[in-house]
Amino acid sequence: MLKAENITVRIGNKVLLDNVDTQFQPGKLNLIIGPNGAGKSTLMKVLSRQMDDYEGVVTYQSVDSKAIPDKALARMRAVLSQNIDLAFPLKVWEVVMMGRYPHFSGAPRQLDEEACVAALKFFEVEDMAERNYLTLSGGERQRVHFARVLTQLWYPMPEQGRYLLLDEPLTFLDIHYQFQFMRKVIELLQQKDLVVVGVVHDLNLAARFGDVIHLIQDGRLVASGSKEEVLTEAHIEKAFRLKPIIYREKQGLRLFFE
Amino acid sequence: MGKFNNKNKALFPILTIVLVVTFFLSLRFGAITISWAEIQSSIAKWISNNDLNLNERIFLQIRLPRAIAGVLVGASLAVGGVLMQALFRNPIVEPGLIGTSSGAAFGASLYFVLGSVIKFHAGEWTLPLAACIGGAVSTVCVFLLSKNRTTGKSSVVALLLTGLAINALFLSGVGFLSYLARDPQARSITFWNLGTLSGANWISISIIGVVTVVCLIISLRYAKQLNALMMGEDEAVLLGVNLKWLQIIVITLNVLLVAVSTAFMGVISFVGLVVPHLLRLMNGSDNRFLLIGSAIVGGILLSMADLVSRLLLAPAELPIGIVTSLVGVPVFITLLRKKQYYF
Repeated sequence: MLKAENITVRIGNKVLLDNVDTQFQPGKLNLIIGPNGAGKSTLMKVLSRQMDDYEGVVTYQSVDSKAIPDKALARMRAVLSQNIDLAFPLKVWEVVMMGRYPHFSGAPRQLDEEACVAALKFFEVEDMAERNYLTLSGGERQRVHFARVLTQLWYPMPEQGRYLLLDEPLTFLDIHYQFQFMRKVIELLQQKDLVVVGVVHDLNLAARFGDVIHLIQDGRLVASGSKEEVLTEAHIEKAFRLKPIIYREKQGLRLFFE
Repeated sequence: MGKFNNKNKALFPILTIVLVVTFFLSLRFGAITISWAEIQSSIAKWISNNDLNLNERIFLQIRLPRAIAGVLVGASLAVGGVLMQALFRNPIVEPGLIGTSSGAAFGASLYFVLGSVIKFHAGEWTLPLAACIGGAVSTVCVFLLSKNRTTGKSSVVALLLTGLAINALFLSGVGFLSYLARDPQARSITFWNLGTLSGANWISISIIGVVTVVCLIISLRYAKQLNALMMGEDEAVLLGVNLKWLQIIVITLNVLLVAVSTAFMGVISFVGLVVPHLLRLMNGSDNRFLLIGSAIVGGILLSMADLVSRLLLAPAELPIGIVTSLVGVPVFITLLRKKQYYF
């Protein structure tokens, strides 16, 4: 389990996160939503330890993240960031193999290569394996990086758990790949040691796929729980300053905005 | 496992053969052509301590160390180029462009002028040490000054302009010191600005050899981390790279490699630019491949350049920096005009 305990982040006088206290269970799709500037990205950076100037504690399976060595953390925690450029041309498989870097020294072992092949297949990018990354479109790159972070966490680690953090993973994907991507993530969640936390902007996607939704506004955690609990008219209107119409149907929850 | 091995298994053997051939050509030709028989007899006599004739002495004391220097200096400059390009995430970075070489030249010439005054001496290592200090100062200056204060990234324009300024500063310092210097070698400004392997002897090549081999072996340990850095500093950190440590190691290795060569042979530009570029064209950008490949191709290229510099105006010599620049400048301009690398 991944826990954020009383996280406060200040930069100068500005409070970016105000006493955020929540937890992320394995086997569930945890989605963070909130308006622009609410502190979603800051929270992701605190969770992933890309930022360490905060009050409070982040724990990975009850271990303070600040106490975990760099390499050990890289073996159990992967982050999908947005918009990654490469400084030099590399083949797609070389990029995906980077996910295994924390796991081997010297040359990749057979199990590293197998993880690579499997992740490429899982995201249906195996045909691109030999292509130059720099010639790919934005959406293709996004899928390649998803294969990369998955390669990083390919093998189960029941002791420490595995932690996959997705910072707006859907930005460059069309609707087909957005759905495909979310379904793949849900497929991954059958592996019980995997904690997935993602930031999404599309509330309908959150309503469609999220198991636990965390709503952040002005640096505070406003609500956290099932979609029925969090995606209410009152919460949404307050956070996004738009009055929603929410339909509760057999297929799930749907939001419309006037 | 076959699937992901980078193709071209024949590449390293072929390059090694080319290196050996170039090396032997470089042994034979120059102001004086030395025959195979003379090469054999001088090595035989060297081992058995017999008297040497003139050509044999030229071979053992001048030609052989010089040929070895060509291989070692080429290797060290090219490996330095790979390291700096990986660190700055930019294919146009080169020890000659970002001030390492000129700083090293300044440090070395300072030693020639003040060497008799200062008390500190480390034997044969004093000169390379002085060059390393100079090279470190200039490289760190360029690294820090070219960084954008808000984003923390070095843009190419900032890098080139800072490098230009630091180069100009240190090379004019070298010029000034050259006037004051008593040492005949240090007095020649062209020696520092354009480089030559004519000063190679057994002591200098042993020092360069030790430094080159040690630095290459260490740098291979960091190849993976440098690969991860291609995706940017944040991504590298997410893959467990200790960024500060990596920067310190890589800059130190580069300074050692480049400064020690420069201390004995002067500033030789563009080797660190051309060699990694050629290798990327052959087989991609994996730094493990680039580091080993650059050591070999750097050796080949500089040996060839030295051969040209010896033969073109024989029995006079052309500074080797002129030859490397003639090859390097077109490559540099091509790289600048290329859109692939998002400047």
